[in-house]
Amino acid sequence: MKTKAFIKKYTMVIALCVVFILFAVLTGGRLLYPQNLSNLLLQNAYVLVMACGMLLCILTGGNIDLSVGSTVCLVGAIAAQLLATDRMSPILVILICLLLSVIIGVWQGFWIGNVHIPPFICTLAGMFLFRGLGRAILGSKTVAISNKSFLNIFASYIAVPGLDDGEKKWSAFIAGIIIAALLLVNTVRSRAHKAKKGYKQVSAASEFGKIIVIDALVLYYTWKLANYKGIPVMALWVLAVVLIYAFITSKTAFGRYFYAVGGNEKATKLSGINTNFVYFMAYTSMSLLAGLSGLLMAARIGSVNGDTGNSFEMDAIGSCFIGGASAYGGSGTVPGIMVGAILLGVINQGMSIIGLDNNWQYVVKGAVLLIAVIFDVVSNHKTGKAG
Amino acid sequence: MADLILEMKNITKEFPGVKALDNVNLKVERGEIHALVGENGAGKSTLMNVLSGTYPYGTYTGDIVYNGKVCQFKTLHDSETEGIVIIHQELALIPELSIGENMFLGNERKGKFGIDWDRTYHEAETHMRQVGLKEEATTLIKDIGTGKQQLVEIAKALSKQVKLLILDEPTSSLNEEDAKMLLDLLLHFKQEGMTSIIISHKLNEISYVADKITVIRDGATIETIDNSERNINEARIIQGMVGRELSDRYPAREHKISDQIGMEVRNWTVHHPLYTEKKVVDGVSFNVHRGEIVGFSGLQGAGRTELAMSIFGRSYGADISGEVLIDGKPQTLKTARDAIEAGLAYVTEDRKGNGLILTESIAKNTTMARLEKVCNNGIIDVDKENAVAEEYKDKLRTKTPSVQQNVGNLSGGNQQKVLLSKWMFADPEVLILDEPTRGIDVGAKYEIYCIMNDLVAQGKSVVMISSEMPELLGMCDRIYVMNEGRLVAEMPAAEATQEKIMAAILQSDKK
Repeated sequence: MKTKAFIKKYTMVIALCVVFILFAVLTGGRLLYPQNLSNLLLQNAYVLVMACGMLLCILTGGNIDLSVGSTVCLVGAIAAQLLATDRMSPILVILICLLLSVIIGVWQGFWIGNVHIPPFICTLAGMFLFRGLGRAILGSKTVAISNKSFLNIFASYIAVPGLDDGEKKWSAFIAGIIIAALLLVNTVRSRAHKAKKGYKQVSAASEFGKIIVIDALVLYYTWKLANYKGIPVMALWVLAVVLIYAFITSKTAFGRYFYAVGGNEKATKLSGINTNFVYFMAYTSMSLLAGLSGLLMAARIGSVNGDTGNSFEMDAIGSCFIGGASAYGGSGTVPGIMVGAILLGVINQGMSIIGLDNNWQYVVKGAVLLIAVIFDVVSNHKTGKAG
Repeated sequence: MADLILEMKNITKEFPGVKALDNVNLKVERGEIHALVGENGAGKSTLMNVLSGTYPYGTYTGDIVYNGKVCQFKTLHDSETEGIVIIHQELALIPELSIGENMFLGNERKGKFGIDWDRTYHEAETHMRQVGLKEEATTLIKDIGTGKQQLVEIAKALSKQVKLLILDEPTSSLNEEDAKMLLDLLLHFKQEGMTSIIISHKLNEISYVADKITVIRDGATIETIDNSERNINEARIIQGMVGRELSDRYPAREHKISDQIGMEVRNWTVHHPLYTEKKVVDGVSFNVHRGEIVGFSGLQGAGRTELAMSIFGRSYGADISGEVLIDGKPQTLKTARDAIEAGLAYVTEDRKGNGLILTESIAKNTTMARLEKVCNNGIIDVDKENAVAEEYKDKLRTKTPSVQQNVGNLSGGNQQKVLLSKWMFADPEVLILDEPTRGIDVGAKYEIYCIMNDLVAQGKSVVMISSEMPELLGMCDRIYVMNEGRLVAEMPAAEATQEKIMAAILQSDKK
């Protein structure tokens, strides 16, 4: 019974481990090369960022935002063109782009939240609208970005003089040690706090076991980063977004409202919560993150064209559902969808390293998504309804 | 030897962690109306689901002997083929389809090419006449009332050549008139030889209609009472259900009504949200003092819920006019938030649809209407939230292993307590309780009444909307009667009787 509960709780984590080990073996260990592990994060940065925003949309009742891939293109296009004029400081360009993303979000949030246009249709329209606008702004060309400081803000590596001059980028590993230590200290403190107040807590073995596994992974990963180019700046952006969204969804009243709307919208409304505003904010935040992803993508690739961000929405949506968000809304967590996003990322990366044909990569991804959701629905059906 | 149509022998059904049925025995004679009573969660519905094949053969132990042979139903379809039809509390009709289409859904009358619509509607109307339903078979379900929908369900059962009809709480959403009609219909079918099993919380109905009454408590059969002489009173049934005598169904209360008026509503008019020319509430004025329980009686559709919801931050209706004063101060309540902040609470009649988030924990539901009370700068203090939920759990004696339990796993009575906790936590001065005891058992009802008494003892005002007249007479200080959107009578509860209330409604109809 206990192992069963464990497996149920950590299904996706276990799946991630299995898939990771599988690809590590299939690629003859190449997946574990520092460069590949570093790229795993960089190539999936946009998925991790957008999945956070998508989670809020999905929480409100399984609603999705189809327009995010196009928003990536539009915002990236504007950034590239503004930088190409060479008249504005990169910081100003970034601010303009983020402001624009918010405006796109307000546009969609208004129609969905206040006018009650079904999100699927509204964002489908946005998908065409923003893609078209983006292409028009690019003039159907590929626009390269050469502004060094812009690239540095998103796509460089952290180099601490003195520490990171040699082969090994020690700053990465030191950061890893600090994070691991903080996690450990935090666990000890929270247990002490609970003990003092006399709250029920899980057994020390399982809690410390969990934290030791996480710490080991952090140390392993930062060691690998240290052996490559150090900590990518993009990782900091991703980390910031993930931490903020994890905090909002799990600790704040505002975050609670998204779960409430997805759980029972009418009851939420009668509890005095402005449900229109909840929808509005879900789509506004989604577009903001899509815009940020546009900047991350533009900086990573170094150019923007009409196909930038194509089908990104599917990656973000897929991560959420693989990561355990309910297709009916009301449940899902940021850590969960991170596991989902990384799982998708490992599969992508692994298949690329093996050199699997692109067409077959789609087939595999589709199958993984379906299996994950089937598993979710079936296991909830079995345990959720009895009694 | 009696002619048994059905015998369920030693039925035991377990869910993970719970034994829902423990060696239950049930004998039903051909041509009788057999009532199944028990508190919520006693196992009545589970037993019927075993019988109908919703819980397939193999998931329970024991035998079902139907018409003399042991049956092993694997699906609902298997039992329906044998003439066993179950009508659930929540009706299974599709609003956007016509009566005829609903009646033959999954059982279509086929012609040479697809569905034979002429035959469908003809047969549908034949069965509709049998249940006394005077509608066109092409009328959409959403256009007829709940009472008539219930009749459609019965007509649908007839179309399946029903031999044994099972009704789960058939009258819980009907007003007294429609309920009476339904029960008489059952008596009529009994004359024609049909057997029915009826599950109900309304004991007066049971003593009126049932020949035998089987009491189930905690998953076991307690006794079967013979009511063929119609001599069993409600007290006798309750004694079996709760295992003790419940001498007084309404707790006593000191009537300490303050002169201060808690809420006053003047000339309140509400129009229908879709058909905006139609007045749903028409010029209603009423008040409730501090420390007073005021009742609203009336038939289904009298406009009581609409009145309450429109006052509560315009949560219903269009083109609303009138004044609301709370503690003598005029209020403009444009949203539910405004209403909550003004000290008003509306406890909905539809706890699953409008009241609770079934997939969330008791703790999260409890704090929902006033989440800011457990927050620091928008950050939820989970410890405080849990402490609050525990406090209300103890205060209202909600039966649950933990406040982390999902509300969906609780019985109706306990869900109602969570809903009350939620609104008590919002700390209102005026509470509007809409059908606060609908679909919950006698014991839980009593506890809800006690909570109401506590609230008024604290000087709060309570408005109680109920379709059960005895409950209004037992609990209220004053009773308002509504009919078709208008207030037609006001009377002190001490002088009120069921007859007087009905007379007020009928007289206003004539005008």
